[in-house]
Amino acid sequence: MEHRLKTPISKEDVAALRAGDLVWISGTVYTARDRVHALLASGEDLPIDLAGAVIYHCGPLIRDGIVLSAGPTTSGRVGRFTREVVDLGVRLIVGKGGISEDAEALRGRGAYLAYPGGCGALAARKLSVRRLYLPDLGMAEGLWELEAEGWGPMIVAIDSFGRDLYREARRSEMRS
Amino acid sequence: MRREDLVCATVAVLAEAETVLPSWVEEAIREAADRETSPIARSQLSAILENIRIAAEGGVPLCQDTGLPVFCLEIGRDLPIPPFLEEAIAEGVRLATDEVPLRPNAVDPLTRKNSGDNTGPGMPDLIIDLVPGDCLRITAFPKGAGSENGSFLAMLNPADDPLSFVAEEVAKRAGRACAPVFVGVGIGGTFDLAARLAKRALLHMPGTSQMDRNLLTEINRIGTGPMGLGGDTTALAVRIETALCHTASLPVAVNLQCWANRSSSATVRDDGWSID
Repeated sequence: MEHRLKTPISKEDVAALRAGDLVWISGTVYTARDRVHALLASGEDLPIDLAGAVIYHCGPLIRDGIVLSAGPTTSGRVGRFTREVVDLGVRLIVGKGGISEDAEALRGRGAYLAYPGGCGALAARKLSVRRLYLPDLGMAEGLWELEAEGWGPMIVAIDSFGRDLYREARRSEMRS
Repeated sequence: MRREDLVCATVAVLAEAETVLPSWVEEAIREAADRETSPIARSQLSAILENIRIAAEGGVPLCQDTGLPVFCLEIGRDLPIPPFLEEAIAEGVRLATDEVPLRPNAVDPLTRKNSGDNTGPGMPDLIIDLVPGDCLRITAFPKGAGSENGSFLAMLNPADDPLSFVAEEVAKRAGRACAPVFVGVGIGGTFDLAARLAKRALLHMPGTSQMDRNLLTEINRIGTGPMGLGGDTTALAVRIETALCHTASLPVAVNLQCWANRSSSATVRDDGWSID
């Protein structure tokens, strides 16, 4: 099934997503990777409202306010903060490689979407810069507020019902 | 050799490596997309092919992770080694960071402070080989973190089976390393020689021996698939390089490379330089 979603993301939006579905996003997307998650976990107040938000595991390449390349970074490094992120209201997490060890934090509340890793030039065509928070963290680690316009497709890789395509791929390993 | 030639060649090979994939790499991805039976896996491979086209047409980096600056230098034995060798390449990296542009990725490992221009202690990383002749061949091999983080080294017991070990570990790690991956394997040598063999195996891709092909088949049989979402294509190529090791040791190192197996080479001569 295909879903064209606008931010903020509602509970009903999340509940309609099933593993394997395709999603396109329009609206506000916040980048967050190692440093922003570390701040978040230390209880620091972030300068943004995350209710219904989409978080993108990404450290973009940006020049003069233009997004040149902005594919996902490996989600596994920040997966252990999933519960904290969802507690703040985040409903969709976009990244690559999955957060299988921490997927339980999404149950009934959020979903994980896979955007193809390395496809930075492709993603950049649908993303523009609104502003940069925490500029001291630098280009890769800073918190960018991006505007997405029909950005996708991404694949629902972990849904809010506990189905996880990464685990299923690993289970098929064990059968072989 | 003129310093400015080496600086210009460095900028040119980095710019090309970041924006245009070697044609054999793109061809390997295209063939995998044609063979792939999983619809989700096919969608990942077709996005990758579209990304390759957009990056080349727009002259923009394929991936926002423009990597750490790694170079292979093949230095002719008849070439007087220029005193500016390392410094001119570092200058090229600084210029390329501004001009291509590259994302500033290099940070101090403890303070995490970013140097801002991808150079500093240990960077750029230069892998030096001595070869016949009187030229310098410089290959840019920018290395992203996703695939470096998935790389590994183990000191196995001589009784262990190194190839099964590699297949199982690669299948476990490839999803987070932007599979379909290229797998550089170093078997033997010492602790650090095994790692160098693995990186050189990537530089000498693709592998063509029977052992390379068998390991590739074994990795792909496990079904991790593109981006770890399941499928037939976990790895695109494998190359194994070996060296003698101690009779009591079995070092095994694997250096993974993401599907974006970026590289570009130029030759610098006495009187100028050109892209290979």
